[in-house]
Amino acid sequence: MQTQQIFLFFIGIVALAGLVAFFSGRSKAQRVRASGAEMYAQPDQYGWFTAISSAGPALLVGLAAVVAIATADIDIEGMQLLIASLVVAAVGLVIGLALVKPDFHARNAIETLIRYVLIGAAMISIVTTFGILVSIIFEAIRFFQMESFWTFITGTTWDPGNSFQMAAGRGEGVESTANFGAVPLFAGTFMITLIAMLVAIPIGLLAAVYMAEFAPESVRTVAKPVLEVLAGIPTVVYGFFAAITVAPLIVDIFSPLGIEASYNNALAPGLVMGIMIIPFISSLSDDVITSVPDTMRQGSLALGMTHGETIRNVILPAALPGIISASLLAMSRALGETMIVVMAAGMRPNLTANPLEDMTTVTVRIVAALTGDQEFASAETLSAFALGLVLFVVTLLLNMVSVVLIRRFREKYSANNL
Amino acid sequence: MNSTVATPAKPAAATRPGSPVVINEDANHELAIRVEDLNLWYGEKQALKNINIDVFQKNVTALIGPSGCGKSTFLRCLNRMNDLIRSVRIEGLVEMDGRDVNARNMDEVALRRRVGMVFQKPNPFPKSIYDNIAYAPTMHDLVSRRADKDDLVESALRDAGLWEEVKDILDQPGTSLSGGQQQRLCIARAIAVKPDVILMDEPTSALDPISTATIEDLMDKLKTQFSIVTVTHNMQQAARVADYTAFFHMGELVEYNDTKTMFSNPNTKKAEDYITGRYG
Amino acid sequence: MSHSFDDISAQLKGRHRRTKRLKFMSMGALALAATFLVVFIGDMVMRGYPAFQQAELHVPVTYSEQSQEIPLAAVEEDVRDLVSRGWLRQLPRDMAADASLMGQTIDRWVIADDQVDQYLKGHKSHLKPKQTAVLDRMIENGTAELKFNINFFTTGDSKLPEYAGIWSAAMGTILTLLVTLAFAFPVGVLTAVYLEEFAPDNRFTQAIEININNLAAVPSILFGLLGLAIFINFFGMPRSSPLVGGLTLGLMTLPVIIITTRSALRSVPDTIRQAAFGVGCSRWQVVRDHVLPLSLPGILTGSIIGLAQAMGETAPLIIVGMVAFIPDAPTAITQAATVLPAQIFTWAGEPEQAYVERTAAGILVLLSVLILLNAAAVMLRKKFERRW
Repeated sequence: MQTQQIFLFFIGIVALAGLVAFFSGRSKAQRVRASGAEMYAQPDQYGWFTAISSAGPALLVGLAAVVAIATADIDIEGMQLLIASLVVAAVGLVIGLALVKPDFHARNAIETLIRYVLIGAAMISIVTTFGILVSIIFEAIRFFQMESFWTFITGTTWDPGNSFQMAAGRGEGVESTANFGAVPLFAGTFMITLIAMLVAIPIGLLAAVYMAEFAPESVRTVAKPVLEVLAGIPTVVYGFFAAITVAPLIVDIFSPLGIEASYNNALAPGLVMGIMIIPFISSLSDDVITSVPDTMRQGSLALGMTHGETIRNVILPAALPGIISASLLAMSRALGETMIVVMAAGMRPNLTANPLEDMTTVTVRIVAALTGDQEFASAETLSAFALGLVLFVVTLLLNMVSVVLIRRFREKYSANNL
Repeated sequence: MNSTVATPAKPAAATRPGSPVVINEDANHELAIRVEDLNLWYGEKQALKNINIDVFQKNVTALIGPSGCGKSTFLRCLNRMNDLIRSVRIEGLVEMDGRDVNARNMDEVALRRRVGMVFQKPNPFPKSIYDNIAYAPTMHDLVSRRADKDDLVESALRDAGLWEEVKDILDQPGTSLSGGQQQRLCIARAIAVKPDVILMDEPTSALDPISTATIEDLMDKLKTQFSIVTVTHNMQQAARVADYTAFFHMGELVEYNDTKTMFSNPNTKKAEDYITGRYG
Repeated sequence: MSHSFDDISAQLKGRHRRTKRLKFMSMGALALAATFLVVFIGDMVMRGYPAFQQAELHVPVTYSEQSQEIPLAAVEEDVRDLVSRGWLRQLPRDMAADASLMGQTIDRWVIADDQVDQYLKGHKSHLKPKQTAVLDRMIENGTAELKFNINFFTTGDSKLPEYAGIWSAAMGTILTLLVTLAFAFPVGVLTAVYLEEFAPDNRFTQAIEININNLAAVPSILFGLLGLAIFINFFGMPRSSPLVGGLTLGLMTLPVIIITTRSALRSVPDTIRQAAFGVGCSRWQVVRDHVLPLSLPGILTGSIIGLAQAMGETAPLIIVGMVAFIPDAPTAITQAATVLPAQIFTWAGEPEQAYVERTAAGILVLLSVLILLNAAAVMLRKKFERRW
């Protein structure tokens, strides 16, 4: 039998079992009730209970089978599965029906189940984080078994060399030429992030000040959604813009000055990433500035301070924790941003302080290591997970600090809209 | 100045609308602020109707009345804090030092420097105690040298009765103080600018009784240097601290009188009913 | 002691100027951000709109035995290298499908080679002078024209730019997002309901909350690593498939849906819950019959926004192999597929001008869909917005 047919049959069995159980459970409950017995719950609720007790276990059988086939390579015949689920559904039905008695609290039973389903859903987010952590750490450990952690963190040469052939078993007699010193990648990531923040923080913050303090309501209602459009543009689009428009523009600007810029210079992705991040900073800062209590503003104005002085000396200092928090979040965005750098930054690990040269980043190397037909066990492929681990730890730390800061701000001014 | 010498008892035959009945003729009767036919609208709704008041220098003037009667709104007309609300429209004269404060050529920032304000809830800036006070005078070029600043901070804190409590913790944030201390810090902050008038908008309503008493004593001391206009919902407070009391009701000034007369023998039935607690 | 108004005003002059300067600087910053947007959209439109047109040639086509063998024989010699090779390759199949064509010579519009297309659009092309002479003559006769490029919307990717379209990527996007939605919507809403309505305020709940906030800030590429390690390597799901891509994006979208759903649930006032408890509803009944219906618009708005985010995401999909050459539209979630942003990424790597055009045109299509989605979310919110 085809997989799809089995699937359809299975769904049919489960649905049928549920329906039969629902109606038989309900009618039994109605009979009991008609005979004059006082019941804890409504007949419908008994119906639901029997439906769940019959179809639920059958569904679980199917799920277990799928997991078993996928992970443990156990061969299960379609027919066996169908019969098994049918049997389980029938047993569930009998047990469910037997439980339909006046003193059985069907509603409580259902609601307990619902609560477990809800807890199960909530667990998925924990499992996801755990999954990210485990999958990255596990592979990163394999990488560090091949290459030294210390060289990875402090080495200044990143050159996967012939690690690919070594893994494929064709490297016998050949000296490994691979070098996995990640410092040039960190430098490139840092450089591009720095440029992005230099663009985004002043522009984003000033735009937020304008919107929160100066702008008439009409400008505000237009400007907010417009900035949000900037935030909603997919990063692949920004990447294309950086590679095809901004990078050549930078080369053209610098060549008359006698400075030769690379077409994969770090400046272009940095600038474009900065544009991408403006709305993060501006909209979070706007929220923070508007939630600085108005009494603070009035207190300063009542002392004969100008509006500008009030903003600079009272409002911005009050909003500072929130603004820093927004900037840290934005920075973690920039560090983990992938498409813009993959499309516009270079592939060559290059340790330089000149943003007009090509530099590469952590995320670029992750993508480079995992695309193309490569042996999964090669050091280059696994290096992606080591880099991913670094990225995860750094962004997690930034995010934690940002959360603590914003919580302090919220507690101080009891601003609940943040 | 058209200072009024009033007859001691009712009927209140004021020489001019807006001048109170005055009993103590020795007191300072120079005008700090004169208000004539002041009307104010929030959009379509009129919140103040034909207000006439003379505010005397170096006295405490209390504004009382049931909530929503317009007393706070009126207070905020005196230093143009209502400018911050877009829908507000004002007609009439508020005169200070011979100038119409609502005039086009009046700089509201300059006005607020001469008419300070203390708010209902203490609102120290997110700065140290020292900077809370030194901030405005520095901006106004009143002081520039460090030693002058130190002196100013100390004298303002002494005047506000806070110096002994905070002299060792001047570098701590203003928000670390207790509510009553914060409010006195805000008063110190206001007097450091050396204004002519200090407006107080229910300055003790967020405080405990002991802090309230401290602030009331403070107002009594401060009136030797400043003219104080205070809004209060607490009639006993008005009776305790004020020299003159104005009773507002539904956006109108019902009665403006010497405090003693107002609380013992008011001219109007409405004021009497309010003071005796028939409504409020 | 007291200064006059005039003294103070004089001192204030410089200070007011500084306020003005701050105002103009901040206004300038906002204007700059808006300018970026305009320049950016303008740049995409300028680059992308030519791709919605495609050069076609009106030529006599001879359907003969010979042209079935060698398609080049179907057209006259001087236009042989001007018509699309893709069209020529298609010719024998057309003839097999429609036997009545045999032996006829029909004048018809034929898709032109991408170099001809570029020449007609006034861009640089690699055509030889002899070819351009022929073309110029045809343009004059009206037998070479730019027509609306329907192929762009109806074909999949192709190695010939004149035949490259977004159809298969669009189908891939739809399948992928269906998987994303099927996973993230129920799980997200149930999680939010649990946290907001059922969860006791204990360590475990706090751990889940912190965890969700962190998950929202994890770089998207790390979700790709998760998808690769767990879904593909551990569970053995097919690489490049909408199933894997959709689940990966689903995990990424989960925090967005949870967070927006929670705020929608929170905006339902407690009085409603108390009223429902008061008439004897159980907690689940309160949620099902009162809280969820009232917060549904907010939940849908959040889900649409989350979906729009997932739709524009590329990085994790590169890692799970969804950036691939896929000429045919996928029909099942286990087949190899690509998505619109990935298609854009692939084309962006091609050097030919015709692909650059198509990249920008693909971007315009993607942006239009995203704007529509977001506008729908905004309208939904406006329409059902409720003030309590």
